[in-house]
Amino acid sequence: MTWTEICSVDAIPLEGGVAALVGGEAVAIFRTYSGEVFAISNVDPFSGASVLSRGIVGSRGDVPVVSSPMYKQAFDLTTGRCLDDDSVSVTAYEVSVVDGRVLVGAASLEPAREST
Amino acid sequence: MTKRQRIVVVGHGMVGHRFAQAAVERGLTETHDVLVLGEEPRAAYDRVGLTSWFGHETGGDEALSLLPGGEYDDPRVRLVLDSVVTEVDREARTVTVVSPPEAVGDLLAHPGAVSIHEYDVLVLATGAAPFVPPVEGRGKDGCFVYRTIEDLEAIKAASLTATSGVVIGGGLLGLEAANALVQLGLSTNVVEMAPRLMPVQLDAAAGTTLVRHIERLGVKVHTGVLTEAIEGDDAVSGLRVRQAGTEEGAPTTTIDAQVVVFSAGIRPRDALAREAGLDTAPRGGVLVDEQCRTSDRSIFAIGECAAPGGTMYGLVAPGYAMAEVVVDALLDGPGTFTGADMSTKLKLLGVDVASFGDAFATTDGALELTYADAVSGVYKKLVIAESDAGDGSFRLLGGILVGDASAYGILRPMVSSGLALPDNPEQLILPAGTGAPLGMPDEAQVCSCNDVTKADILHAVTEEGCEDVAAVKACTRAGSTCGSCVPTVKNLIEEHFASIGKVVDKGLCEHFRLSRQELFDVVAVHGYRRFDDIVEAHGTGRGCDICKPAIASILASQTSTHILEPTTVALQDTNDAYLANIQRNGTYSVVPRIPGGEITPEKLIVIGEVARDFDLYTKITGGQRIDLFGARMEQLPAIWRRLVDAGFESGHAYGKSLRTVKSCVGSTWCRYGVQDSVGLAIALELRYRGLRSPHKLKGGVSGCARECAEARGKDFGVIATEKGWNLYVGGNGGANPAHARLLAGDLSTETLVSYLDRFLMYYVRTADRLQRTSTWIEQLEGGLDRVREVVVDDALGLGAELESEMARHVGGYADEWRETLEDPEKLARFVSFVNAPDTPDPSIAFTTERDQIQPIAPALIPVGAPS
Ligand SMILES: Cc1cc2nc3c(=O)[nH]c(=O)nc-3n(C[C@H](O)[C@H](O)[C@H](O)COP(=O)(O)OP(=O)(O)OC[C@H]3O[C@@H](n4cnc5c(N)ncnc54)[C@H](O)[C@@H]3O)c2cc1C
Repeated sequence: MTWTEICSVDAIPLEGGVAALVGGEAVAIFRTYSGEVFAISNVDPFSGASVLSRGIVGSRGDVPVVSSPMYKQAFDLTTGRCLDDDSVSVTAYEVSVVDGRVLVGAASLEPAREST
Repeated sequence: MTKRQRIVVVGHGMVGHRFAQAAVERGLTETHDVLVLGEEPRAAYDRVGLTSWFGHETGGDEALSLLPGGEYDDPRVRLVLDSVVTEVDREARTVTVVSPPEAVGDLLAHPGAVSIHEYDVLVLATGAAPFVPPVEGRGKDGCFVYRTIEDLEAIKAASLTATSGVVIGGGLLGLEAANALVQLGLSTNVVEMAPRLMPVQLDAAAGTTLVRHIERLGVKVHTGVLTEAIEGDDAVSGLRVRQAGTEEGAPTTTIDAQVVVFSAGIRPRDALAREAGLDTAPRGGVLVDEQCRTSDRSIFAIGECAAPGGTMYGLVAPGYAMAEVVVDALLDGPGTFTGADMSTKLKLLGVDVASFGDAFATTDGALELTYADAVSGVYKKLVIAESDAGDGSFRLLGGILVGDASAYGILRPMVSSGLALPDNPEQLILPAGTGAPLGMPDEAQVCSCNDVTKADILHAVTEEGCEDVAAVKACTRAGSTCGSCVPTVKNLIEEHFASIGKVVDKGLCEHFRLSRQELFDVVAVHGYRRFDDIVEAHGTGRGCDICKPAIASILASQTSTHILEPTTVALQDTNDAYLANIQRNGTYSVVPRIPGGEITPEKLIVIGEVARDFDLYTKITGGQRIDLFGARMEQLPAIWRRLVDAGFESGHAYGKSLRTVKSCVGSTWCRYGVQDSVGLAIALELRYRGLRSPHKLKGGVSGCARECAEARGKDFGVIATEKGWNLYVGGNGGANPAHARLLAGDLSTETLVSYLDRFLMYYVRTADRLQRTSTWIEQLEGGLDRVREVVVDDALGLGAELESEMARHVGGYADEWRETLEDPEKLARFVSFVNAPDTPDPSIAFTTERDQIQPIAPALIPVGAPS
């Protein structure tokens, strides 16, 4: 697991998102109303555009979600699963907040580097 | 190729116009030329709505017109007005036409002269004329009939010096004329020979109930009286009457009047046909068969001059049906006219009156069920008979309703379906029972105008996913013509959802049970400014992409605070969030406001320079402005810095808000223009810019009736008249195009703006999310009439409030982009990556096509390609 420090937690608007580059990949990082931070791929699988960080953050039932700004499908922030299409999901990343700094873990992305 | 055929139409009234329209729409003009000759000085107008002419200070003519430009778009249809057909020569197949000297027909070489025109097919649409009984003194000054705009002009002029008037005839049209005299401020009388009003439609009890209502409005009703003479020297001074059934010489009384209107029935105008030797019906009218052909195969007759099977129809709908049948016949189609529903439902002087089917119980074995409430002035009668099934059940034959005709929509279809009534038919007219569909069978016809059954409606609901009246209307056309079945349609939908245990939920989404309108009111009452407070008090969860933008829009409409403030930024929809329009590859397009489409060369150059310097794709929009595509999110502030410095402001192309007010060139340059449409369009666009609304809003202003701005395709459209402006509302393009309809005519600019303020604010307040003005108007109970009551008549007393809300909006407007550029906190969001602000999104790439950039679909970018 490689952790990349991204920004201070305050840089992410409450119930909003920012985009970050993690190991060359675009990642969307969100902060929910309760203050939790989540990260999923920034690429909307339905359009291919790198835009999920610009979606509206809210809830569906008890699940925190972002809806894609392109065609409005909702994605579960905790798992990356698309709630409007079972066959689709996006990568979810581990997040930790240390001393007010947001770190994103990218284990799956760069296995080669981790082994050296 | 066969030679083009020529159709000559005599008469440009409602039905002649419909014929010409249908000929164009159904392609008859591909093979036929149509020449329409009309005797009146103006093109066809809405005679049914004639009385509303009095409601216009000026310009009622244009408001009523069915062909405002006076000519058809299809050049193969020629309309020549002011021209009377005096003779038909069947042998030579020609008509003789006489135009008065002042006529200006380009087709008739010598106005005032006689001309002769050949026809292959002749269509008589000469209508009917009022019947004036041979009463002594009927030619005196002050005697009128009630049929044309000229008649109304004359009545209006005479009313200026009169104090009282009398209408001879207490039928449907007579009561309309009485209504007009009341509106003109005359003390008004109605005399009717029969013992009751509307003798054709109503029985005695219903007539009595109607009299009570009408007398309450100040009209004096005299039933059972004969007119002996009209008194006065040259001008009318009164009407001498005696009791019906008394001998000549019996005592008479005189009703004081300076205006007399004859409304004693109509007679088909069949003289032309009779002189040409065509067969006519014994009671008048040109005799025609089921294809509306006269006894001469190349001559047809339609509308009120025709008597299909010997009967003439004094209503417009059968005439329209005849027009369609003739077009069909000329296209070798199978259409026939076999009779029409003569049911009547109307509001007479504000009183509901309906009469349908066998209202007088003339059928053998007919029974009557009546309900009367003299205090509230309600009378209802059902005519029923035992059904043929022999199981003791009853079917409905007809009925009469006065004072409350709400059950008409349910009852009338039960007559045409002929199906068994429920066990307790009285429930249908008892106050509690009105309105419920009461186990109507599936085959029952609900909408007779468009032949839609209950089964069709349920199919739309269960199979097509229609959940409300507007959706069912769009899907089945039920209720889209006369509208009388709309309550039934509504009940059927609700009954269906209730039966499957589903409450029809007006709630916005899973987070709010409230409708948009209810939320709007809640926000106004509590003065909420934050989503958190609203969802905590009135909702659940943390919102979604439906309720958050809706609440953002409501807050913006009520407060004029910037949409990217910390409290609202997270609520904004995709485009609002970055004040630009997202495109398929995640880039944005930029649209500066160009009010009314007017722009200086300097500003055009700036747009060109900005597009060139940022390498943007440019395209002219349908709203008369310029769209710049391909901007990366982080470039938007720099692009707008240049635009704002040059004097541009946000065009709100990204918002559910006013987009543009399109205009034609107007009287400044155009040789046809009668008003400065550009000036008005700019003023309106600047007034309503930035107004957040339930859906996008578009406007248009045309400088004359040619309508080059296509204003009637907009949510609000303004068309110049000689005397001011006509205001149309509820138009849009897109998947379900709608033509805007006239809200008010001949307005001064000031009145226009105040009506528009009210209209727009009323819409902003009460429409559902993503509901355009057309569907909003359609689903409002009362439709456009309701909007007119609120906006023009100020029936709710809301006018001043709506105007002051608009004034607050106008006063609080500020350019969103300028303010964003001035606020570092707002600008901070416009970065590509928080941890790599100088790296642009590597997935965005362009190619070149026709000398401009085009996006490469992100998925097509080769994996691992260097960016
Ligand atoms: C006040 C009023 C209220 C009404 N309300 C209703 C209602 O609520 N519902 C309803 O269904 N109907 C109503 N009607 C009736 C409706 O208006 C008529 O049914 C309809 O207008 C008939 O259309 P038409 O084209 O046959 O006749 P018209 O509209 O009368 O048109 C005939 C035209 O032919 C012209 N013409 C005649 N002879 C010649 C000639 N020789 N050469 C050239 N031109 C000629 C006439 O000048 C006229 O313009 C109402 C009528 C009036 C007056």
